[in-house]
Amino acid sequence: MDLFTIIFYAFAFLALGAGAVVVFSKNIVHAAFALLFAFFAVAGFYVLLMADFLAITQLMIYVGGILVLVIFGVMLTSNVISVDMKTGTVQAMPAVLLSAALAGMLVGMFWSTDWNASSQHAMPETTGKSLGTMLLTTYVLPFEIASVVLLVALVGAAMIARREKKE
Amino acid sequence: MQEFLNWLRTPGLTHFLIVSGILFSFGVFAVLTRRNAIMVLMGIELILNAANINFIAFSRYSTGTLDGQVIAIFVIILAAAEAAIALAIVLNIYQNFNTVNVDELNRLRD
Repeated sequence: MDLFTIIFYAFAFLALGAGAVVVFSKNIVHAAFALLFAFFAVAGFYVLLMADFLAITQLMIYVGGILVLVIFGVMLTSNVISVDMKTGTVQAMPAVLLSAALAGMLVGMFWSTDWNASSQHAMPETTGKSLGTMLLTTYVLPFEIASVVLLVALVGAAMIARREKKE
Repeated sequence: MQEFLNWLRTPGLTHFLIVSGILFSFGVFAVLTRRNAIMVLMGIELILNAANINFIAFSRYSTGTLDGQVIAIFVIILAAAEAAIALAIVLNIYQNFNTVNVDELNRLRD
């Protein structure tokens, strides 16, 4: 048992446990806070996979941005005082069967395939510089399109959310 | 049995893929069963995170280049845009219909 193994299983249990709470919790606030731990565990995976820039990005955008947005959404669309925060489930049985079948299929495929994987590739010590170079050379077109998408999303979200109800 | 224990003891590509596959199924389950629109969004975020783990795991174990990480950055960008737009729509729906139950939202106008 080396350190990598211990940390991997710690983050794996954190991710799957928090993911289970997100999915099965009846209280939407509990689900939102469990999502925090799931995102955090995924950031831990990124560190284990030597993606340091991605790990920080995950923490800043998911934990610092998207999760705050989600919690704002929960607070603004639910009556905090009443028990209306609870959220039910529909079609539980078919969904359980379908999801379990999907999980079994995916795990079976991942298990049985020979991925020809090797951990011997030399990864750069830090990935920030290489990622920046790739974004401005090989991936410059998707990079520019992504910036336009973000601008459109920003303007659109502001417009949709601020539109006043016509009486 | 001993072989399986040894496999468990040395995390590699398959371990990361299996965790991400289970996380993906959790997300699909949330999208399928939840009635609250924001819970559906949380399920989508779980799905996107599971996909990102796959991209980065393959980038680490399969090719040794950083292409997978660049794709993961684009996935995160799209997730941020999607979350902002979707929550704006949900808030607007709540103002107009006073509910975020996706089963009751079956019309686009008041």
